[in-house]
Amino acid sequence: MLAGPCLLVVATAVLGSIVSPATGVYFITALVFVAIVVALYVFIGNSGVVSFGHISFVALGVWTAGVLSVPRAQKSAIMPGLAGFLEHTTVGNVPSLLLAALVGGVAAALVGLPLMRLSGLAAGIATFAVLEITHNLLRYYEKIGPGLNTFSSVPETTGIRQAAIGALLVIVAAFLYARSRYGRMLRATREDPAAAAATGVSMYRQRLVAFALSGAIAGFAGGLYIHLLPLNTEGVYLDLTFITLAMLVIGGTTSLWGAVVGALAVSALDSFLAEAENGIKILGATLDLPSGTRVIAEGALMALVLIFRPGGLTGGREFVLRWRRK
Amino acid sequence: MTVGFFLTVDWQTLADAFALGGIYALMAIGIGLVFGVLRLVNFAYGQLVMAGAFALALGSQWGWPTWLSIVLCFAVVLALSMAMDRFVFRPLRTQSPAVMLVATFAVAFLLQSVALVWFGALGKTALSLAFLNQPWTIASVDIRKISVVAIVVTVVCLGLLQLLLTRTSVGLHMRAASQDFETARLLGVRANRVIGGAVLVSGALAAVVAVMLTVQNPTVTPDFALDQTIVVLAGVVLGGLTRPIPATLGGFSIGFAFGLLGGALPTAQSQYLPSFVFAAVILVLLVRPDGLFVRRTSAARL
Repeated sequence: MLAGPCLLVVATAVLGSIVSPATGVYFITALVFVAIVVALYVFIGNSGVVSFGHISFVALGVWTAGVLSVPRAQKSAIMPGLAGFLEHTTVGNVPSLLLAALVGGVAAALVGLPLMRLSGLAAGIATFAVLEITHNLLRYYEKIGPGLNTFSSVPETTGIRQAAIGALLVIVAAFLYARSRYGRMLRATREDPAAAAATGVSMYRQRLVAFALSGAIAGFAGGLYIHLLPLNTEGVYLDLTFITLAMLVIGGTTSLWGAVVGALAVSALDSFLAEAENGIKILGATLDLPSGTRVIAEGALMALVLIFRPGGLTGGREFVLRWRRK
Repeated sequence: MTVGFFLTVDWQTLADAFALGGIYALMAIGIGLVFGVLRLVNFAYGQLVMAGAFALALGSQWGWPTWLSIVLCFAVVLALSMAMDRFVFRPLRTQSPAVMLVATFAVAFLLQSVALVWFGALGKTALSLAFLNQPWTIASVDIRKISVVAIVVTVVCLGLLQLLLTRTSVGLHMRAASQDFETARLLGVRANRVIGGAVLVSGALAAVVAVMLTVQNPTVTPDFALDQTIVVLAGVVLGGLTRPIPATLGGFSIGFAFGLLGGALPTAQSQYLPSFVFAAVILVLLVRPDGLFVRRTSAARL
């Protein structure tokens, strides 16, 4: 089960290090997206509850790693309103990623405490409200970050190696969680709430565990993301929510394999279309698409997959179909 | 802002808040109606409004008379709603609400990016009904004509909808379908007709909203009505999704709250207004998950 996703990630990393640096960026971005989508899978896939709020935790990861990684000399220029202790603290690459994961996880646990009591539609809208609140606070509260400005001068340490190691770590974490008794209990509540409750499984507690874990992974992924390129609040808002949900749904919500396949497949398509929007030559013919075509193609693809293959490309199955042989 | 005239400022804010509440209420009816029949939260509702607004902008660009632009707006929005029902909602009808929610999310982004490619990020200007933006001044309070129109139209639409739902056979079918779709079908309610009807009515409401929003804000961009839709969705869930009147009240309250607090608070606080409102939404959802304006039912819950 673990082999498929890991092989794909390694293959992407190898390909990404062979091609030119300009093309390599697409591969690095794809691997960061794998981390974000796997974070979504840990909660959405195992619990069956759609969350529109996970990008909040990615945003918190971006802010944590970003604020703590900007060299002290540049801090006052980008973030004039920063609170004292943040202004004087700068940490290295790895600690910034770990702190991003910590902040994401703690925030998700705190938010989840009340929110995981909700179900169905109310839960969906509530997670959306969380996204709105996070976006609003990060945008205007300048004591903790650049506000409306873009995070620049963050050391760009997320190369192909860091992205690949990050993605692998995240995949292993998601795999271990899914195999653990907590993961199994949560999937039991997804499949049959009544039966799960009857065997003593608390849906609330299991959802909370998954929410906190996926929040931590999302925060970590946010840390990887800000070490890749400069971002502002709009970069971690609705568009990112849409594209990552699309990746998860297109790949197949209920499996880790689906999350990884979806993230990589949509990233590949996205990169190709991004190039095509700038004009590329294929077999002598020039392909030059108007900008915006990417989102049209992805929206249409997502709708088509939902209509014709609701389980996603992988059918929501894991890489090794062990349960089938029984 | 004249600080000395405390009451004046207050009445002005109140009038604007009522107008905003009125428009949000209209959107809430449209979203609530489709939800009632289909159990589907339509994220793409704002993009219907956006499409209608672009139709109005094109009309005014081509120099069409106002009534013709409005006809075009209705035609575009109704056609788009029907297409959405036929090609997205109908194939997905048997899927879980979560899948349908994500699907409408996809449709919303699809329509938005189509508009982006077609009209560009700067958008177009719709000027045909600009005269409604002028105020009547009553006791030093500027009441823009559109505010009055918005409230009147909302009340009329709600009244008509109530008549449709309670006095016609289509309305009876719709109510039956929203109670229990399977049983209603067994009793001879034609599913496609009822859903098509609800989608059409909700589309017509989106067209009305498009007309009124373009009066207030004539610059039509691809993300037109996007923010409003998110707020209204929260409001509708807040009020209670399953019935038209609680849904409308929810939409009105959240619009009213935004208008009132946004006008009354200084910028330093009002920039955090969305945070407060959405935090309130979460709080209400925790206390009353079925909605604020719905009587508690004895429905069994797990």
